[in-house]
Amino acid sequence: MSEQQVDTGRRRFLTVATSAVGGVAVAGVATPFLMSFFPSERAKAAGAPVEVDISKLEPGQKINVEWRGKPVWLLSRTKQQIADLPKNDPKLVDPKSEVEQQPKYCQNEARSIKPELLVAVGICTHLGCSPTFRPDLAPADLGPEWLGGFYCPCHGSKFDLAARVFKGVPAPKNLEIPPHKYLSDTRLLIGDDK
Amino acid sequence: MSKGQKLLNWIDDRFPLSSMLKEHVTEYYAPKNFNFWYFFGSLAMLVLVIQIVTGIFLTMNYKPDGNLNAAGIPVAFASVEYIMRDVAGGWIIRYMHSTGASMFFVVVYLHMFRGLIYGSYKQPRELVWVFGCLIFLCLMAEAFMGYLLPWGQMSFWGAQVIVNLFGSIPVIGPDLSVWIRGDFVVSDATLNRFFALHVIAVPLVLLALVVAHLIALHEVGSNNPDGVEIKKLKDEKGIPLDGIPFHPYYTVKDIFGVAVFLIVFSIIVFFLPEMGGYFLEHPNFDQADPLKTPPHIAPVWYFTPFYAILRAIPSFLGTQVWGVIGMGAAVVVIAFLPWLDRSPIKSIRYRGPKFKFMLVLFIIAFIGLGILGAMPPTAGRTLISQILSFVYFAFFLGMPFYTKNDVGAVPVPTRVTDTNGKRQLQFLVLVAVTVIAAYLFATNV
Repeated sequence: MSEQQVDTGRRRFLTVATSAVGGVAVAGVATPFLMSFFPSERAKAAGAPVEVDISKLEPGQKINVEWRGKPVWLLSRTKQQIADLPKNDPKLVDPKSEVEQQPKYCQNEARSIKPELLVAVGICTHLGCSPTFRPDLAPADLGPEWLGGFYCPCHGSKFDLAARVFKGVPAPKNLEIPPHKYLSDTRLLIGDDK
Repeated sequence: MSKGQKLLNWIDDRFPLSSMLKEHVTEYYAPKNFNFWYFFGSLAMLVLVIQIVTGIFLTMNYKPDGNLNAAGIPVAFASVEYIMRDVAGGWIIRYMHSTGASMFFVVVYLHMFRGLIYGSYKQPRELVWVFGCLIFLCLMAEAFMGYLLPWGQMSFWGAQVIVNLFGSIPVIGPDLSVWIRGDFVVSDATLNRFFALHVIAVPLVLLALVVAHLIALHEVGSNNPDGVEIKKLKDEKGIPLDGIPFHPYYTVKDIFGVAVFLIVFSIIVFFLPEMGGYFLEHPNFDQADPLKTPPHIAPVWYFTPFYAILRAIPSFLGTQVWGVIGMGAAVVVIAFLPWLDRSPIKSIRYRGPKFKFMLVLFIIAFIGLGILGAMPPTAGRTLISQILSFVYFAFFLGMPFYTKNDVGAVPVPTRVTDTNGKRQLQFLVLVAVTVIAAYLFATNV
């Protein structure tokens, strides 16, 4: 045994230094495990645009298309439904679509390229349920002022027929309008607008 | 010396078997006045064992695969149907596991309530309580991830909603929810990782926490319905005057509790495995459809009180994170009970009127929220949920004020007293009346 005094300062330095270097090593080793939780390359590549034939879509009719695993609604609005849209404005959170939930070319009253056709991602901005299409006027459960729209069954959020959210419901934002473009009068491309 | 004794000595020289048995079983002195509320701790252990054993056997036939098979059915969903229809004994193993999940929460809620009324969280048992709250948190994670595995409609949309809760956190939220899912929507990647977490990661943490919970309990000793510290009065051998050894007294008593519990458990497994849609929800018998949300989605009954709080809080300032914070706080606040409660009196038997009044309100709020959380929202129900959410938090956050000088008519005794069966009957009647009244009321608003 050495007769030397224990150098506590040196010992503390070594303890701290070892812990710090060990901590860096743990953080480094944790990285691949944490990274593995992100979407894989295959999952990232799965978001290809979808082409839809809209020639058979009747006024008032709605169809669902799958894009990136999400439902995309194509709703052909009637003239009355388009005319009714501004009536909802005072009751909406964002009637002018100022929050970036749509491409620039859809920042208008009807939130669409052509007012007749609404293209929207059917995923509630609250917690991701898919709202139900409720075109009926003044139903018992939605009140006498209901002019048609979408109702989320999960938490009661309401949207009008331009997918704009009403005030006083859990959803904070209008539904997302995906990038899309018309390839011709009857063919629509969802997921790409270039 | 007998051969058995020799073997035991040989082991004891190498591993502290006898001393561990003495410390935790044969010479662990528990108060002699335990009533029926004290069954639920050991019953929780029993359910844990049931879940682990049935879970191991389920994994032998279950396939965590969200892709469609040749018949257009997701492989995971089909493998559960295969277990139910084609695997010998498969249906009973699965029903034991699904019933066990719900019964776990029945037992744990009653166990936590016991701690609440007898002040079992108070000094020196704060860590027993905190470990217990962590176990509760693990259990919620375990139940949530397990519910995704059958890959039915409720599995899918329930997971969608809960994962999106994280998406509402400002700045990092959207990336965080993608990170949890491993994809931009709930998908096969999500199913696989939830399976891994459900069968390996969370159970390991759960078991470690149960060990910590028991070690902490045995260090400080059990509380009792009188909230009297039995270690204060000991005989000349150092044994508490009001203590009896856990074995044989409470092992035998717990066997009776186990028998009653297993009768109830078996009735459910054999006759009511779906429990009218509360244990296994009807839409979950349809395969997951990412394009269509079921018309009414609600979590399984044990999450409904917290879900009702989530729904009650509206979005403002352009974000709905407030509901998420409210729901998280409702779970986390329970762990802070030991520091919120300022009364020196542990048991409700000797507490003052203010605590008893708040406790009755709390019971009504918790049960009421549970019932409302299972129903589709209406304006009236949302308003009631908001009032009850306020009561829920008022019970906890008001505690430092209303427990301060709140003393009952009867002083805390120095020794434990007999159990008052009439009180417990009164309590059960109160709960039953609350449940029925709340249900009838909620269905009509």
